[in-house]
Amino acid sequence: MSDIPAPATAAAAPATANEVRFRGGGFAPRSPRWVGVAVFVVLITVMEWGTRSGWISALTLPRPSDVLKTLVELYQSGQLVQHLVPSLTRLAVGAAIGATLGVVAGVLIGLFSYVRAGLVPLVAAIFPIPKIALLPLFVIWFGIDEGSKYALIAFGTFTPTVVATYGAVDNVDRSLIRMGQSFGLSWLSIVRKIVLPGAMPGILSGLRISLAIAIILLVAAEMLGAEYGIGAYILEAGALYDLERLFAGVVILSLLGVVVSAVIGMIERRLLGWRS
Amino acid sequence: MDIRLDQISHLYGETEVLRDITLDIPSGRIVCVVGPSGCGKSTLLRFIGGLERPSSGRVLQLGTPPEGCLNALTYVFQDFALLPWRSVRGNISLVLEDHGIRGAAADKIIADVLARTKLTDFAKALPKQLSGGMKQRVAIARALAVNPAVMLMDEPLSALDSQTRELLMDDLIALWTRTPFTAVYVTHNLAEAVRLGHSIVVLSRRPGRIREVVHLDKPLAERGYADPDLEATQRHLWELMREEARAADEELLNV
Repeated sequence: MSDIPAPATAAAAPATANEVRFRGGGFAPRSPRWVGVAVFVVLITVMEWGTRSGWISALTLPRPSDVLKTLVELYQSGQLVQHLVPSLTRLAVGAAIGATLGVVAGVLIGLFSYVRAGLVPLVAAIFPIPKIALLPLFVIWFGIDEGSKYALIAFGTFTPTVVATYGAVDNVDRSLIRMGQSFGLSWLSIVRKIVLPGAMPGILSGLRISLAIAIILLVAAEMLGAEYGIGAYILEAGALYDLERLFAGVVILSLLGVVVSAVIGMIERRLLGWRS
Repeated sequence: MDIRLDQISHLYGETEVLRDITLDIPSGRIVCVVGPSGCGKSTLLRFIGGLERPSSGRVLQLGTPPEGCLNALTYVFQDFALLPWRSVRGNISLVLEDHGIRGAAADKIIADVLARTKLTDFAKALPKQLSGGMKQRVAIARALAVNPAVMLMDEPLSALDSQTRELLMDDLIALWTRTPFTAVYVTHNLAEAVRLGHSIVVLSRRPGRIREVVHLDKPLAERGYADPDLEATQRHLWELMREEARAADEELLNV
């Protein structure tokens, strides 16, 4: 360490020496892992304790331990698989159709002026329609079987995917596209090697929202003409005011959401490792 | 292959940015273009490479590009323009893939340009792992890979700190000395211009016109850091530009 030689006058004895007050830091939230778990544990403990001691009546909330018991029974009786398989199939097929069409439409909107001028208002018009309201229409169009369920979920995932995708394409760094042109890359190469990878972060974060919407719509899709499925199970329990089973179904949907989100997180880590 | 700019003028809407620019860029030389900010020097460079069209006037290629040239007019950008999702190697192979150069042929070119820019050990690194100076060296390697007839350099060192800038200038001089290339080098930094330019074109402020073309005869390899011979030229350039730079700085932006 070397001191900077001070001018002679400044070397005179300082009057007071106060430490500089720290005023930086903050505004950088992190998420310590255990906090999330702790919130769940506290909530469930309070519910369990409340229902046991009686200040939460059994009509208001089911006892968490009973919900767990219902879940275990559901699993042991083999009904869980019976309900889960059709639901997951509907979710996978519907979301795959909706997301694929959405990404394609979004990329086209991002690339072509006429497609943009034609489709953006259309997407804005169909985005706010509650898709549930269209279920009867889909039943007429696609049949009461799986067709209408796929269509409902696909339609619900389509619009948010389109919006996220064309936003992402718009945000691709234009200087990279100019670079591609300046090296004489073909149009297709620029789209494939610059636009699509550049839009990937936005597309994936859009997919997070779309898939959550797909899970919401799963329950709606199973309102009509579904014997098995998590949604059908929840609706049946709801109709009978069987709160334990209702909550068991809700827990399954929540877990499904967590799993989907984790899978997208994994894909992001794999595909987007280049982000700084 | 030479480049000729023939009476180029350009307007952005109502604003006249360039007026009547006529200039020859001889093969094997580095022509620096300097001028106050907003004088249209980067726009001029975009015309030369065909990324933008002037309102009037033409850019001509005189002669044919040398054999083995994949992309005659090749840019080096200020912001590097590297694809962040591709490695150093991938960024270079990007510009070869479209010419059908893959596999062993591509490996040979990539190895060669990486060696020339001293990047051989970093072939697998991603752009985010590299410093600014390294990124620009990757961009230069990428430009060399297509064996350009003319390099169009748009303030290539402006995003770098001054020490890195000195190092890269030495690298560029070494590259040129080994195999002379033709370049149009746009910069606002007069020290760069006198170090790298065989001739220096001084543009006036908007609308940009050619005020003077200064020729420097001292060979590039003999020009050094804070060279007294260059200092006189640099002072002369600064005197030409000083008032205009001030006026350009005090201008209200019309956007």
